[in-house]
Amino acid sequence: MPIDAKRSLQLNDQGQLRHFLSLDGLPRELLTEILDTADSFLEVGARAVKKVPLLRGKTVCNVFFENSTRTRTTFELAAQRLSADVISLNVSTSSTSKGETLFDTLRNLEAMAADIFVVRHADSGAAHFIAEHVCPNLAIINGGDGRHAHPTQGMLDMLTIRRHKGGFENLSVAIVGDILHSRVARSNMLALKTLGCPDIRVIGPKTLLPVGIEQYGVKVYSDLASGLKDVDVVIMLRLQRERMQGGLLPSEGEFYKLFGLTEQRLKLAKPDALVMHPGPINRGVEIESAVADGPQSVILNQVTYGIAIRMAVLSMAMSGQTAQRQLNAEEQN
Amino acid sequence: MTLPNPAELLPRMATELQQLLASRGIEQAHFIGIRTGGVWVAEALLAQLGLDQPLGTLDVSFYRDDFTRSGLHPQVRPSQLPFDIEDQHLVLIDDVLMSGRTIRAALNELFDYGRPASVTLVSLLDLNARELPIHADVLGATLALATNERVKLLGPAPLALELQSLSA
Repeated sequence: MPIDAKRSLQLNDQGQLRHFLSLDGLPRELLTEILDTADSFLEVGARAVKKVPLLRGKTVCNVFFENSTRTRTTFELAAQRLSADVISLNVSTSSTSKGETLFDTLRNLEAMAADIFVVRHADSGAAHFIAEHVCPNLAIINGGDGRHAHPTQGMLDMLTIRRHKGGFENLSVAIVGDILHSRVARSNMLALKTLGCPDIRVIGPKTLLPVGIEQYGVKVYSDLASGLKDVDVVIMLRLQRERMQGGLLPSEGEFYKLFGLTEQRLKLAKPDALVMHPGPINRGVEIESAVADGPQSVILNQVTYGIAIRMAVLSMAMSGQTAQRQLNAEEQN
Repeated sequence: MTLPNPAELLPRMATELQQLLASRGIEQAHFIGIRTGGVWVAEALLAQLGLDQPLGTLDVSFYRDDFTRSGLHPQVRPSQLPFDIEDQHLVLIDDVLMSGRTIRAALNELFDYGRPASVTLVSLLDLNARELPIHADVLGATLALATNERVKLLGPAPLALELQSLSA
């Protein structure tokens, strides 16, 4: 069974979120509930005391097997704003380098009474594996796994679009860059489809477009000019420099020349088109500085919305996991 | 059981609130309703008092002490306080006062916005089932319900009370 088909793993018996591993298979109502809850949490960030007591007494453990300062920091802030205790571990420089297995590392953390694991891993499916086989009774949040999924990034992008465009029903959204290696692109395509976006376009060099990507219900372009025509939203992807060594791209300069978002090219989109990027941006590689800092850019808003989305996902998964434990206990009695 | 008509309770509540605020030397107070029924009662009270001022609304979902048991309410909406509450006199309004836990959550939330000078509590009904030392300063009526009964406010206009039975 493909890992994305394991919808049941993510939801408890009452259909509430229990783990947050992938957007595949999650119903539109649940995605909307996450966006609505995040909307409420945005207001918390504007208060004198930027905290609510929802996760007071709970422990959130950020287990990062792969470096990511931004994602880790926003998860830390989100958990702290929910009043949780937070531990962040960079496992790549910790126990596993001393020979401890993933299984043992996580079971040790579980024994320290952690309630939620936020997992970032270079291998696709790592978060699923942990939720299914290692710590099923903890809420597992996927903070990005391999090329597979980055569901909280996908949802923060959806929140950004909804807050600036009001909805998804009449939008054309272009995702530009390295689609092949991008978990962000995959999560965005799934979320846009589920939320009813009628025109999703992926644009990139042919070497960075996966075979069979049309199955996501997207239109494929290898020419930026035709792909950007009259779109409402442009989501630029981060170009991983190591892809250059794999021979998939001739050079950064070549990529920028053909696929970099410049002020001139942005004019092909609608005049009020949003410019988004998951960060950190490579100026002069994926995007021109004048565009990244320009009036249509919502890149910094995405960061703010990311905290609210992560607060929503953490609290909803904690609640769903707790409810499941109660259901299990009631069944045993 | 015959339930009271909110329209008959509100004029007396408005008068009592006015007198109470005057006796405390409060000339200007900000009104805050707890979603959803409390907002309706607050709007009705403001109309009764002939006041045209912005109303604050609180959704206490993030502050409930039963979150781990019952989870987040799916329709949680952001609280909105269109005024600064620091050193201000507040009138906090709810529809039904039962255990007192909702008011505790509301007070906790208010103090995350600032430190008010005072909080006066108004409730349309008191179900005489308090679990915390929280009393309304101004009250519409007190009801004693059977353990399987609940009362619900229907609104926003006209306001009406409905008796509901909990299934076993």
